[in-house]
Amino acid sequence: MNSALVPLPIVIPLLAAALAVIFVRFHIVQRAIALSALIGSVGVSIALLVQVEEHDVVKMDAGGWAAPLGITYVVDRLSAIMLVTSSLMLLIVLIYAIGQRGVEDNHLAFDAVYLVLAAGVAASFVTGDMFNLFVAFEMMLAASFVLLTLGGRADQVRGGMTYVVISLVASAMFITALALLYASTGTINMADLAQRIPELSSGVRTGFSLLLILVFGVKAGLFPLFFWLPDSYPTAPGPVTAIFAGLLTKVGVYAIIRTQTLLFPPDSQQGTVLLIIGGLTMAVGALGALAQDDLKRLLSFHIVGQIGFMIFGLGLFTVAGISAVVFYIVQTILVKTNLFLVAGLIDRHTGSSRISRVGGVVRSAPIIAVFFAVPALSLAGLPPSSGFAGKFALINAGVMSSQWAIVTVALIVSLLTLFSMTKIWAGVFWGEPESATPLAEGRTNGGPPLMVLATGLTVALSISFVVFAGPMFELAERAGDDLMNPSAYINAVLGGGGS
Amino acid sequence: MRRSLVLDVSVRLLYPSIIVLSLYFLFSGHNQPGGGFVGGLAASAAVSLRYVTGGLEAVRRSFRSEPPTILGAGLALSVGTAVFPMLLGGAILEHATLELHPPVLGDIKVTSALPFDVGVYLVVIGLILMVFEAFGDDRDDEMEMVEAPTVPATSVREEYRALTQHTSSSTQHAAASARLEENETS
Repeated sequence: MNSALVPLPIVIPLLAAALAVIFVRFHIVQRAIALSALIGSVGVSIALLVQVEEHDVVKMDAGGWAAPLGITYVVDRLSAIMLVTSSLMLLIVLIYAIGQRGVEDNHLAFDAVYLVLAAGVAASFVTGDMFNLFVAFEMMLAASFVLLTLGGRADQVRGGMTYVVISLVASAMFITALALLYASTGTINMADLAQRIPELSSGVRTGFSLLLILVFGVKAGLFPLFFWLPDSYPTAPGPVTAIFAGLLTKVGVYAIIRTQTLLFPPDSQQGTVLLIIGGLTMAVGALGALAQDDLKRLLSFHIVGQIGFMIFGLGLFTVAGISAVVFYIVQTILVKTNLFLVAGLIDRHTGSSRISRVGGVVRSAPIIAVFFAVPALSLAGLPPSSGFAGKFALINAGVMSSQWAIVTVALIVSLLTLFSMTKIWAGVFWGEPESATPLAEGRTNGGPPLMVLATGLTVALSISFVVFAGPMFELAERAGDDLMNPSAYINAVLGGGGS
Repeated sequence: MRRSLVLDVSVRLLYPSIIVLSLYFLFSGHNQPGGGFVGGLAASAAVSLRYVTGGLEAVRRSFRSEPPTILGAGLALSVGTAVFPMLLGGAILEHATLELHPPVLGDIKVTSALPFDVGVYLVVIGLILMVFEAFGDDRDDEMEMVEAPTVPATSVREEYRALTQHTSSSTQHAAASARLEENETS
């Protein structure tokens, strides 16, 4: 079905970015524009999710040119779920950034660049065209380069350099892969590709499949290509790290899921390769995290670990596995953003993010301890949390496919995750601060009200995610079903949408 | 800032011609080589020439609006053009053409791609101006701090003398110009 709402998640932030640049001298106007644009995006995303529930796939052809030739914007269940989650997180982190007064967060360019990032993320979820996906990635990356080095400190520039170089290498490979795809099939429309790729010989198909995994694997932080992530993310300003940790790697995972399930027929899907990579990514993330003393660096390694879980679910290539991944991505975006927002609060409260130097936060600011406990339990996957539901679904899918090795790795990794969470808890919340006393002005409020409010919102969201886990999981199952049977998507894009 | 006469005069000639060329690119872009991006790049090249001759001040004098305003207005215009068809019930980025046949001017074809291209043109110029604002200023200040004050040139010839002989201190420079004046009088 055609829907006028489809391009709006891209257009609204982009238009708002333009206005924010014009009103660069009026800080309050900028903030108002950014806030209202992101609230608008959340509204549109929810409306899209409702439409998708009714019609399965909604789309719009840019410029009125029909699918194989023109660029199509398509939203299916996975896209809609990702849009709602990402726009909510972008909004919450913006509120947090407004609350956090500091040189970096009051930078003139912050709002405009942040909105461009929002547009890029939305564009990656909405587009149905490989080249457009490339453009969306570039938009997102250009914005993230600026956000990463906003403070202009030496360590930020060093971390930023690693990130820029690795991203540009990945982009160069991406565009090469696109050129090869176009040369061999004559199209870059995803739905059209899905029909043409089975005509290629199996060796070429496998090559493309691996090449795309490699390209998106760099962005997602998969096993051999994750090294840039723990170096660059922790140096960025607090809210920026939170949004990068929550969203950017997941956009890479989304691209892997989309391309692997849609483009390639079952015989050239790289199940075994993905399972091995997933297992290694999990193990490296959890083991790397054990050795860290800096809170943000430790959590950055857990980002890598969680990416491994998603790849594990995808590698099964069963409806159960993919549904579990969809469910897991949403909850991990919530949890990761939440944890980094809490890390920012701890940093602000105690003046340090080193676990060995901080201590006693549970007494000086109990609310931070509560905010940390909920997502930490979730990350470790303990029963009453959303992380438990996600991991249970994943491991259940693994058992159903009899992939015992990867299930064992996943369980051990969960145990190690629990261990590093207890390490943070014992170091940061219990014990005595090694050096200076906490900088707490008010003992109970935990920080500026807006920052606490934003963090509280993420906690509330992840708790309500547990409460509504049933309906959420049914939604994820429908999304997984769509992904494993992409004919509805292909027909909607190529067949005029049936309306 | 030391200025070069040849460069100054040539840029005075080149600047308007390049701007006209960039406008031609802009207007012909909808179905010929060119377009907003190429036009914007050509215009930015013209602005860069002004930077080479007169430094940041010359660039600032070229435009009345602030760089962020130009960039923002361009982006808003482009996105607005993309969205406008949706208000009329069409698809995003949909285009329309208008062909006129006025008596003297011949055939005129206007497409709705034009405002989009104008937006892109403004974005490119705004970006280049912001780059000059950000990176163009520091070097001159530093140079002025490091370099010893030079005796103001009184004639074009003298200025070129100073360019060929790189003098490191004011005394040397003064001596050189004194020698030059002696030669001229004798």
